[in-house]
Amino acid sequence: MFVVKKIFKWIAAFVASAAVGMVNGFFGGGGGMLLVPLLERGLSVPVKRAHATAIAVILPTSIAGAITYAAGGTFDLNVTLAVAGGCVAGGLAGAALLGRLPPRAVAIIFALVMVAVGIKLAFF
Amino acid sequence: MKIAILIIIGAAGGVLGGMGMGGGTLLIPLLTLAAGIDQHLAQAVNLMAFIPMSAAALALHVKNKLVRFSALPIAVPAAAGSVAGSFLSRGVSGNVLGRCFGAFLAVLGAVQLVSCIVGTVREAKREKSGVTRGADGEIKSEQIVRR
Repeated sequence: MFVVKKIFKWIAAFVASAAVGMVNGFFGGGGGMLLVPLLERGLSVPVKRAHATAIAVILPTSIAGAITYAAGGTFDLNVTLAVAGGCVAGGLAGAALLGRLPPRAVAIIFALVMVAVGIKLAFF
Repeated sequence: MKIAILIIIGAAGGVLGGMGMGGGTLLIPLLTLAAGIDQHLAQAVNLMAFIPMSAAALALHVKNKLVRFSALPIAVPAAAGSVAGSFLSRGVSGNVLGRCFGAFLAVLGAVQLVSCIVGTVREAKREKSGVTRGADGEIKSEQIVRR
């Protein structure tokens, strides 16, 4: 009975992660944020490990998506290099800020901005 | 000038990403709204721009033994789904894709907002009961804290 439950759990996790990958490819991102709850609830990975494991899953997922976009001709080297360079610098700053800012307050502000920008993009 | 704007946009996304908040989701609207980049290209750039940063973050997490390797098989269907999703987006116009992306962003933001509020409430309750958590978020011990 336990084995059946375990197999079912993995089938569900595979289907859900295929869906997350599809969304990540279609929208060019956002999959990592969906993977964290999937890992937490579906595969009982604790919060902090779920965040780290989500990166390990989303990295090959994003590479696969990026190759598909580039293969279809959607690619601009200069834009990618400029943004990626800024991203690495910003990432280091963000990691350094991590312990200094109240994470929950920042996350709430970030979520509000996402909702506002999302509504603007969808309807205006 | 445009390059400078792109670097600043990348940095903004990187700061959020470095804090573990999925900065990529805001990088895309920044690229389309502030730099006037086409929705499809913005999405492709987002996928590529986060690769070096995620690789560095991942190396650190592996070193700190935070990655649960037994969960990694789900990367296979996720990558396959990603290829399929990327193919599908080709058939959608930039305008429609942008609007769909906006709806997706709003839903993600709303979900994060709710989980933040739930998390804050739970933490407040836990503080009262005195349950302490270890570095990886697992409950290590339960002690009654008397004030």
